[in-house]
Amino acid sequence: MNLYAIRAIYIFEMARTWRTLMESIASPILSTSLYFVVFGTAIGSRIGAIDGISYGAFIIPGLLMLSLLSESISNASFGIYFPKFTGTIYEVLSAPISPVEIILGYVGAAASKSLVIGVLILATARLFVDYEIAHPLWMISFLLLTAVTFSLFGFVIGIWADDFQKLQIIPMLVITPLTFLGGAFYSIDMLPEPWRTMTLFNPVVYLISGFRWSFYGIADVSVTVSLGMTLVFMALCVATIAWIFRTGYRLKT
Amino acid sequence: MQPIITIKGINKTYTSGFQALKDIDLEIRRGEIFALLGPNGAGKTTLISLICGIVTPSSGTVHVAGHDIVSDYRAARSTIGLVPQEVATAAFETVAATMQFSRGLFGKPRNPAYIETVLRELSLWDKRHAKIVTLSGGMKRRLMIAKALSHEPQILFLDEPTAGVDVELRRDMWAMVRRLRDSGVTIILTTHYIEEAEEMADRIGVINQGRIIVIEDKAVLMNKLGKKQLALTLQNPLERLPEELAGHRLELSADGNEIVYTFDSQAEHTGIPELLRQLGKHGIDFKDLHSSQSSLEEIFVNLVRPRP
Repeated sequence: MNLYAIRAIYIFEMARTWRTLMESIASPILSTSLYFVVFGTAIGSRIGAIDGISYGAFIIPGLLMLSLLSESISNASFGIYFPKFTGTIYEVLSAPISPVEIILGYVGAAASKSLVIGVLILATARLFVDYEIAHPLWMISFLLLTAVTFSLFGFVIGIWADDFQKLQIIPMLVITPLTFLGGAFYSIDMLPEPWRTMTLFNPVVYLISGFRWSFYGIADVSVTVSLGMTLVFMALCVATIAWIFRTGYRLKT
Repeated sequence: MQPIITIKGINKTYTSGFQALKDIDLEIRRGEIFALLGPNGAGKTTLISLICGIVTPSSGTVHVAGHDIVSDYRAARSTIGLVPQEVATAAFETVAATMQFSRGLFGKPRNPAYIETVLRELSLWDKRHAKIVTLSGGMKRRLMIAKALSHEPQILFLDEPTAGVDVELRRDMWAMVRRLRDSGVTIILTTHYIEEAEEMADRIGVINQGRIIVIEDKAVLMNKLGKKQLALTLQNPLERLPEELAGHRLELSADGNEIVYTFDSQAEHTGIPELLRQLGKHGIDFKDLHSSQSSLEEIFVNLVRPRP
């Protein structure tokens, strides 16, 4: 195992975060705060409690997931896309590193960064609403699992993208709608049929439901199913990345 | 001595169907400067990229320092430093940070003293805290070399190292490459500047349309393929050459003031004494003479020129 290489990539990627501190950390925190002000405090005060949870507290897990997903994807995709774009990827490709080590460096850094953001958002939320965490270990596990899984997914997007537009397309056109429709702002039980059944095809539903369960002990779908679905998606990403390195897709000719 | 790089039967066909390398066999000797010459699109960069692990071979094997580049890629790649043709750097990083990154990638622990030596050698030490984006073009190029040297490689690939570099910097780079060779590093460079190969290389390989057409010691190559000429400036212009001299490979200039004699530099008898005797016999006096040898450039152009 080339630990020095993993460390080098990790430090390099984290350095980018510190260099762009405003965009990296301040902006997701600011945008989440705005959600809390608008939905949690302003509108939320006129919405009744859902399953006994005040609306402001109810949306915390969903909002956290929203940031976690988009941050993980954008960090990881940019992290690998940028060296491809500038040409510096030659150094990584010619170095004595295995694909696993490359992933540990890039995905590890992207996931760390989104975890930091997740924790900061959680702390920010405290300023607006009271909440409790019923199953802290599960909460941390979901947080970790989601950050890693979607950083892997972001890595795939970063490899696939051959221009800056493609880098944005998946997060904008797929992830954001899926998160909004995945029960970030409502319980899917509030939906009439057939929308409720259709929603079950949205993988983000399982992430948010499981995550919300770790906070309040309430869930739209069983927590085992949530965990299972997250692991399935993670396995899919790992399989895709394995294929990328085996074939050299968009990395090597 | 065991060659440091052994390439056997390498072929590379891209998915587009374009065959960039055809049956390449090549051995690079430890400690030499090997220049790979070839016109644009000949396959120079593909060959280098393939040895370094950036391009996957379609068939054939490459061993670097005794290690197969596919099955034992870690050991093989650890010995190589690559300076690619295009300057590609992480613009917003500092010089010191990017050096540390490169060294780490190749699995080496920190060694500030060594990094300092490399940066000083390449006149970049004063810029170690500067962001790369603020460096001049020449400095960026030197930084590319510094990065390639950051992990103390045994082999250094320089892909067109002096393309677009001013004369002074080019001379500096040549001096640096020689110092590296003297310290035991094997150097493989590709270049468009034939004078560069002529100046630097111990051996020369010429690649054209994906095939290596010549591999030779520079001196031998220049001797073998080069031709020598003797030019005589005449005292009085001639209208035509005497018939007896026609058997010699002689040419009379249009104004009749100069005779040019072409001879084989490798032949035991150059034929010059005989020619001079003949000229004396015919009363042809000359006031000046000089001999010249064809440059590597001429040899190269002759080699890669499409044959009718």
